[in-house]
Amino acid sequence: MYSVRLWSVRHARGLNAFYRGFEAFLVRLHPLFKAIGYDRLERPVAAVERSVKGLLFDCQMCGQCALSSTGMSCPMNCPKTLRNGPCGGVRANGMCEVKPEMRCVWLEGFRGAERMPGGVPAMQVVQFAVDQRLKGKSSWLKVVREKTGDK
Amino acid sequence: MSATPIASIPVPEVPTGHTSPGRLEAVLRSGAFAITAEVAPPDSADPNDVYKRASVFDGYVDAINATDGSGANCHMSSVAVSALLARVGYSPVMQISCRDKNRIAIQGDILGGAALGVCNMLCLTGDGVQAGDHPQSKPVFDLDCMSLLTIARALRDELHFQSGRKITSAPRIFLGAAENPSGLPYEWRARRLAKKVDAGAQFIQTQYCYDMPLLRSFMKEVEALGYANRVYILAGVGPLRSAKTAEWMRTNVPGIHIPDALIARMAGSKDQLAEGKQICVELIQEMREIAGIHGVHVMAYRQEEAVAEIIDRSGVLKGRKPWQPGAAQNEGEHRTQS
Repeated sequence: MYSVRLWSVRHARGLNAFYRGFEAFLVRLHPLFKAIGYDRLERPVAAVERSVKGLLFDCQMCGQCALSSTGMSCPMNCPKTLRNGPCGGVRANGMCEVKPEMRCVWLEGFRGAERMPGGVPAMQVVQFAVDQRLKGKSSWLKVVREKTGDK
Repeated sequence: MSATPIASIPVPEVPTGHTSPGRLEAVLRSGAFAITAEVAPPDSADPNDVYKRASVFDGYVDAINATDGSGANCHMSSVAVSALLARVGYSPVMQISCRDKNRIAIQGDILGGAALGVCNMLCLTGDGVQAGDHPQSKPVFDLDCMSLLTIARALRDELHFQSGRKITSAPRIFLGAAENPSGLPYEWRARRLAKKVDAGAQFIQTQYCYDMPLLRSFMKEVEALGYANRVYILAGVGPLRSAKTAEWMRTNVPGIHIPDALIARMAGSKDQLAEGKQICVELIQEMREIAGIHGVHVMAYRQEEAVAEIIDRSGVLKGRKPWQPGAAQNEGEHRTQS
């Protein structure tokens, strides 16, 4: 929801701190996940992730979440799905070039980044284009597997 | 039986320290104030339409941008326009937009363009399809300009596709990107430029700059970030046709900012067309004096024939004569090096 999405950016700092803890918790569950089987977990976890992040961020389930590097403003809501900052077409009132009724996702993202520790330098890291194969998959499980070297 | 010899195209050498054999890179590296202009690709299949449109710049510009469906409108492709220009010796800047093609097509175009003699490529995200004459089409945006720069640089410097698969001969290209110093959020625009340089941009052509204080503060910020000497910046300019068009542009074309004072000056003039050119001349002269600006990119949409006069009157070439077809230059060696 648009209003919740804007709320999330205003609370980027808290949400980011919460996510850090949540991620550490998930990483600790890795042996359990492995025992159950990541493939078996994929659908239920993705469903939870979709509903939680869908509510908070209008998450589009790209499967390679970058919220920590985008000020908690989901870049997949940009009509051009830009993951590296705004295009040159931001309107003078801060609205999107393509969707004039929506604030530029990246203007929001910068506001979020300024609230997050390390948020501003994170914006300078080039985010490579999304891997279309991961669309719809859980980003949480992907992160756990990457952090634990399980691939 | 003698077989017909297979045609072979001479491959020009890349000067030491350059990444392309092209003239634009050579001019910028020499420290000269470079001039680029934009050619409107024709809505036709006739190559002569391209040459006619390019010829108005003869002797005044160092490179000609071939737009890639600019404003999301359909025209002859930028690869084709660039190749046609390169074939007769011009130095095209092939614009690549991420709107219409995925990474498979784009990487093919980079190799193909380079093989056809294109030395400069400008990596753009592209306008949304809603802006153009085919709003019913599917916006691709598989890549964005940052990923595109990363991919193009890897093709050139590491000889591989994004997949990691090797290529046997690198595209010898000079890579550019765009930036909009008058776009929101102002305080992040210089950082965005820095990010593009990190991704591989060697030159930047900006959106129209009509607000000099804004451009100056942008350039100060670029310098503060330590990027002033790491990239060649060409500031975007263009003559306004009338106060009315200026007003229309700033209201309807996203990302264009024209100060009220400039519109008032246009409105108060008896000959608005001439005033528009005069303002453009003054802007170029001002840009020339801003540290870190290495040239201007003149986008004179539907006033292309005015570019030569504007450049001439601005005096920024200082007697330098950019290449033109048929010119028996000392750059005989540049003849095939577009």
